[in-house]
Amino acid sequence: MAIFTDFTNEHIAQNQGSKKNLHKRKFIEKFSFSFIWLAATFTIVILFFLVGYVISNGIKVIDLEFLTTRPAGGVSGKGGISTTVVTTIYLVFLTISIAAPLGIGAAVFMIEYAPEFLKTKGFATHLIQIIRTSVEILAGVPSIIFGLFGFAVFVSYMKLKFSLLSAGLSGACLILPVIIRTTEEAILTVPKSYREGSLALGATKWQTVFNVILPSAMPGIITGIILSVGRVIAETAVFWVTLGGSYRLPKNLLSSGRSMALHVYMLASETRAFDKALGTSAILIVIIIFLNLFINIASRQFSKKFSGK
Amino acid sequence: MMVRKLLLIIASTSVLIVGLIFLFTFIESTDAIYQIGLGDLLTGTIWRPGAIIGDTEGQFGLIPMILGSIYSTLGAILLGVPLSIFTAIFLAEIAPPLIRDLFRPAVELLAGIPSVIFGLFGMIVLAPLIRNFEVAGNSGFGILNASIILAIMILPTITNVAEDAIRAVPDSYRHAALAMGATRWQTIITIVLPAARSGIVAAIILGIGRALGETMALIMVIGNSIAIPTPLDGNPLTLLLATARTLTGNIAVEINYAAGVHRSALFFTGVLLFLLLLIINRIAHFILKERKIS
Amino acid sequence: MITKNNTNGKTKIYVEDFNFFYGKFQALKNITIDIPANQITSIIGPSGCGKSTFIRSFNRMNELIPSTHTTGKIILDDKDIFAIDPVEIRKQVGMVFQRPNPFPKSIFENISFGPRAHGIRDRRILEEIVEKSLRQAVLWDEVKDSLNKSGLALSGGQQQRLCIARALAVEPEVILMDEPASALDPIATLKIEELIQQLKEKYTIVIVTHNMQQAARASDYTMFFNMAEDRAGYLVESGKTTDIFTNPKQDLTEQYISGRFG
Repeated sequence: MAIFTDFTNEHIAQNQGSKKNLHKRKFIEKFSFSFIWLAATFTIVILFFLVGYVISNGIKVIDLEFLTTRPAGGVSGKGGISTTVVTTIYLVFLTISIAAPLGIGAAVFMIEYAPEFLKTKGFATHLIQIIRTSVEILAGVPSIIFGLFGFAVFVSYMKLKFSLLSAGLSGACLILPVIIRTTEEAILTVPKSYREGSLALGATKWQTVFNVILPSAMPGIITGIILSVGRVIAETAVFWVTLGGSYRLPKNLLSSGRSMALHVYMLASETRAFDKALGTSAILIVIIIFLNLFINIASRQFSKKFSGK
Repeated sequence: MMVRKLLLIIASTSVLIVGLIFLFTFIESTDAIYQIGLGDLLTGTIWRPGAIIGDTEGQFGLIPMILGSIYSTLGAILLGVPLSIFTAIFLAEIAPPLIRDLFRPAVELLAGIPSVIFGLFGMIVLAPLIRNFEVAGNSGFGILNASIILAIMILPTITNVAEDAIRAVPDSYRHAALAMGATRWQTIITIVLPAARSGIVAAIILGIGRALGETMALIMVIGNSIAIPTPLDGNPLTLLLATARTLTGNIAVEINYAAGVHRSALFFTGVLLFLLLLIINRIAHFILKERKIS
Repeated sequence: MITKNNTNGKTKIYVEDFNFFYGKFQALKNITIDIPANQITSIIGPSGCGKSTFIRSFNRMNELIPSTHTTGKIILDDKDIFAIDPVEIRKQVGMVFQRPNPFPKSIFENISFGPRAHGIRDRRILEEIVEKSLRQAVLWDEVKDSLNKSGLALSGGQQQRLCIARALAVEPEVILMDEPASALDPIATLKIEELIQQLKEKYTIVIVTHNMQQAARASDYTMFFNMAEDRAGYLVESGKTTDIFTNPKQDLTEQYISGRFG
């Protein structure tokens, strides 16, 4: 191979250069890795600082009285959070009971029934693509828009006013895409053999779905629901515009109310009671931590179940 | 097949909702479009809903809010993207499995914390800190505060998607590079990251979407002034200390008592946001889908 | 058991009493052999007997898997490879994988990756290296006008030759090949085999192959591995390829070669 010039040969045949080069590269690697470690640690420190600050300061305010008295409203910031806790619970139940059946049904349809539709040409195929796109769009809509939507449709047009119902319906729209997505994923993990086994025994499609597929997918579905619960508890923008903010205990679906997250906002912006805001926040963070823990443990059990125990 | 039809109807509720969102917000905004005009709305620099001061005439220019959203998002991206990408690289390539198992729940926790708590943190902790900058008119609230808070909030979003993108790069590439005597860092920088480029870009775009859509936390820390954000004194950096208002914040702060054209203008802001985020999300999904194909 | 090759030339790699463990599981047992320089040594044996694990030990790629450890010595020329930084070893010991794995970059960038990683930045030099490597890999004529085309756009056989050129660009002394032609069609396979013959002039080649005919016709020395009852791989016999295939000394070797198992 006489195509190498002397210049090149000289350059390549340098073994000493190779040693120096290796040291340089290793040094760069050590330096860069340290930097990355630092950056990642910084991220964790931010988290711990934030959570630590809120919890350590918030805990000072939390006692039985805090939990059992209702907020005083107005600008004083006095009182506790009792009604807000109840409202939050109502809200969670309401949004889940609306969104879960719709979401699970939609997911079941998209995975189990839609493929057959796709074989027939015509209107149905387009509809299914439109459904898919709609779910994707919904997943990306910011919560304030859901609030605006709820305000326009439920509060104003349907005259439901600021109420649990308006908030519940709007919140349900917010979490619907989450439930659809996680349910779809859960259903997809059910092995084909389960389906085939059931159908081979003469069961109808619906029987297969209801008795075999949904129970198998249940852990994943529940994970999705718990994720949505976390979302509802953490949400504020939607409810600010549909729930109203009343400090009283909601008497019925048409009553106004105040969720815990909303209470934090109102305390922070309308009163000087930052301590109570921190207290409420601390409780919220603890709830989220527990929900996340539950989801982590649950999904680990879930995957163990399918990798054959 | 009753079940099939029933489920089809259920599945169509998503379409219904999207349609209704579009319909209602658009209809509510038409008043503003006719009476104020698209040009004035989008390019007007003064937002002064007349009703507040007793005038029937008001001015509804959205530029201050558009700038507020842009500045705070830009700040969040500048602060948050490097940190997120580094964390993603850490989780995907460098962290030992035990550390990774501790990190991921931590990032997920960050993602689940209610946004108002971030706002609270900005009010109680960041604002006093920022007030230390000795500039006239510095309240501690404003674009800097908002950028920091937003950066923390979009961190989990970007980190998750970027980490997935980096993990998706096939091991065969890494092995080939290492077998030729490249160091792990060289492999990451010259082979893995370029291969994950489109996924990382998608992650950043999703982060931008998240930042633009945030409402409550920003209201609490950005000051909510309706003037165009300008530097507080000669130094252009003091723009960071200026208070502002975002498009999202505009809606949230005024919707509860707005009426007539004012209310319609707020709905117009909503339509604007909806369309903007639609485009951003479509772009991100398009990029992510392209990756899956190749 | 014959373990020394009675080579006339030098030994390039000397392995002494080498054992390999994946965690608690022993994959290789008591391997002692010397690999002759500038010769093609093929490694044959049934599936799962540790052949790939063995050659991956030469460039310490096994260390990418957690919980592996080794005992025994591997000496490259006169250096203990476990005493040197693996990054440096991999410059001297190159590897071609079973499935072609070009980077999603241009042909030029693929081949210049190695030299660039080792510090060569001058464009002129890189161009020369790229041409030299592609010529050695018998790919130059086919791609010389399209060096900017993506490496992924080539056919399977071309991609594998690209990977070989890529390994050559680093100027290693040893080239390890793990079933380099098993994912290719017969014509591409033949081209690879011819290429390997040309390469042995400058390089020491160790090639794992499932294809006995390939070992018989394309290598100078052969090592025959088998799996013991405890599922550890061990060296049954080794020697000149012609000897192994026409006059094997072990019964097991004879049985494997005549196709009675594996």
